[in-house]
Amino acid sequence: MIPALALVVGVVLGLVLEPTVPAALQPYLPIAVVAALDAVFGAVRAQLEGIFDDKVFVVSFVSNVLVAGLVVFLGDQLGVGGQLSTGVVVVLGIRIFSNAAAIRRRVFSA
Amino acid sequence: MSPRSLLARALVPRLRRVDVAVAVLLGLLGFAAVVQVRSTQGDGPLAAARQEDLVQILDDLANREDRLRAEVAALEQVQRELTGGTDRTSAALDEARRRAQLLGVLAGTVPATGPGVVVTLTDPQASLRPDVLLDALEELRAAGAEAVQVEGQAPAGDASRRVRVVASTSFVAADEGGISVDDAELRAPYRFVVVGDPATLTSALGIPGGVVDNVAQFGGRVRIERSSTVEVTALRRLEEPRYARPTP
Repeated sequence: MIPALALVVGVVLGLVLEPTVPAALQPYLPIAVVAALDAVFGAVRAQLEGIFDDKVFVVSFVSNVLVAGLVVFLGDQLGVGGQLSTGVVVVLGIRIFSNAAAIRRRVFSA
Repeated sequence: MSPRSLLARALVPRLRRVDVAVAVLLGLLGFAAVVQVRSTQGDGPLAAARQEDLVQILDDLANREDRLRAEVAALEQVQRELTGGTDRTSAALDEARRRAQLLGVLAGTVPATGPGVVVTLTDPQASLRPDVLLDALEELRAAGAEAVQVEGQAPAGDASRRVRVVASTSFVAADEGGISVDDAELRAPYRFVVVGDPATLTSALGIPGGVVDNVAQFGGRVRIERSSTVEVTALRRLEEPRYARPTP
C-alpha cells in the first residue's frame, strides 16, 4: 500500500516539477530506471511467493542501480559505452520478463 | 487473525525504517522514470543519443552532404549544357529560316515587297518583240532589281496574268503579237513590277538607246512609276532539279 502510494507520489512529483536531467547523469538515468524496474519486479514476485524481505529488496534495488550505473560508466571509459548499456538493458529485460512470467503463473495459475 | 485486524493492519501500517526506505526508493523510481520519459520526449531522438552515436550520425550527414553537393554540381553542368545547346540550336534554326526566306525571294517561292518601280510598256501596234522585254529585264537586273514580276492581259478576255521572273524565265513570241513568258501567254500592255532602288532603276531604263527608245521604235511608250512600296506577289513552285545535285 505505502510503496504503491510512494510510486504515485514520485510520478506526480516528476510531472509537477519537470526537472531537467543533468548532462552528467544523462547516460545513466535510463539504465538506472531499468535496473530499478528489475528490482521491483523481483520484489513483486517474492511477495507473491511469500519470501519477500524488505531489507533484501532495499539492498537489491540500490545495488542493481549502482552496478548498472558502474557498468555503463566503465563502458564509457573504455569506449564501448553504447554496446555495454545495450547489453545491460538486454540482460535486465530478460530478467524482467522471467519475473513477469513467474508473477503471471502465480496470479493466473497459468 | 480476524478480517477486521487484517484491514486495520493494511490501513494503519507499521512504520519501520525499512518501510520508509522502500517507499523512498519506489518514489525515486517513479520520479526518475517520469523525468527520463519526459526528457526523451521533449528533445527529440537525438537528445538521448550517446556521443559516439552523435559523431557517427554527424559523419553520415557530412558524407551525404558531400554526395548531394556532387550531384548538384553534375546536374548544374547538365543544365548548362542543355540550355547552351538549345541556344545554339535555336540560333542555327533562326539562321536557316532567314536563309530560306532570302533564297525564297530569289527562287520566287515567297512574296517580296519593298521600294521599287512599276514599268508599263504599251504596244498599240502589237509589234513588240520578245527581245525588247528581255532587254528591259536585263537592264533592270543590271540596275539591281531584286524581285521582278511581269503582268499582261490574257489572250481572251480582260483578265490579267502575273508571272514571277526568275533565273530560268524566258520570253518567246506567241501568235497574234503576244509574248509567252514561261508558258503564260501575255498581251500588251506589259507591266514590270520591280523591287529595287527606284532612282537607279528609272535612270537605267531611260539611258539613250535603252529600253524607252527601243519601245518607241515599235510605236509603244514606257511609263515608269516610282513607289516606296511595290509588292511582288506572283509565286512559282520550286522544282527539284533532275540532274544537278549540290556538291558536298
